[in-house]
Amino acid sequence: MSETPIAIEVNCETGEVVERPLTAEEIAQREADAAAAAAAEAERIAAEEAKAAAKASAIAKLAALGLTEEEAAALVGQ
Amino acid sequence: MAKTMKLIGKVTVGSGGAAYAEFTSIPGTYTDLLVTYSCRVDAAGYNNQASAVSFNGSTSNRSSRRLEGIGSSAASSTFASAMYSDITTGSSATANSFNSVEVYIPNYAGSTNKSYSSTHVVETNDATNNSIGCYAGLWSDTSAITSIRFTPTSGNYVQHSAFFLYGLTRA
Repeated sequence: MSETPIAIEVNCETGEVVERPLTAEEIAQREADAAAAAAAEAERIAAEEAKAAAKASAIAKLAALGLTEEEAAALVGQ
Repeated sequence: MAKTMKLIGKVTVGSGGAAYAEFTSIPGTYTDLLVTYSCRVDAAGYNNQASAVSFNGSTSNRSSRRLEGIGSSAASSTFASAMYSDITTGSSATANSFNSVEVYIPNYAGSTNKSYSSTHVVETNDATNNSIGCYAGLWSDTSAITSIRFTPTSGNYVQHSAFFLYGLTRA
């Protein structure tokens, strides 16, 4: 794999294919996009973990009220 | 239903990889566009990589939603300032496993805001990391689409990734 990021562009009118190194501006945008994507993925994972923790907490509280684990799990949709 | 479907551009990634794949100078003579592609990236991970979409080089006014199943889990996401079209395999996934994607762009040359829908499937031939997803995206811009770029959110597209652009005509 090349060290320098390469762009591949196809001109749909002429069929010409251009392979060129990214410009500094494109590299900066690429890094910003990657950071945004990583942040969005981290947010998604955190939300899933919070949801799972809330479900586990609800099951524990329902069990303390006398429900079986199966009954509690059914109530919270697991 | 389209009456004709014509291949108007293709990008095949060589041994040097690609930071992005782009179709330029797309003629405005078709009704809709369809992009089919298969890709993999060299960044770490299994099915945690994605491709971002941009039209006409714009990174503004983009949004999208994703509904996805990975293994036995389901998830949904809203992206207020990005358009995504797939989940794909990273370097930790089963060797040589690529995703399969279709992106449909209706009325791409019209004067209304531009939307797309996309579906992806990743079959990595392992027990836990297979993935399927669908996407709805919006570019809030009334310009005719003349270029489409796919960019991995991390790393580069690896060799043998391939993108095909079709023009569909109804009349």
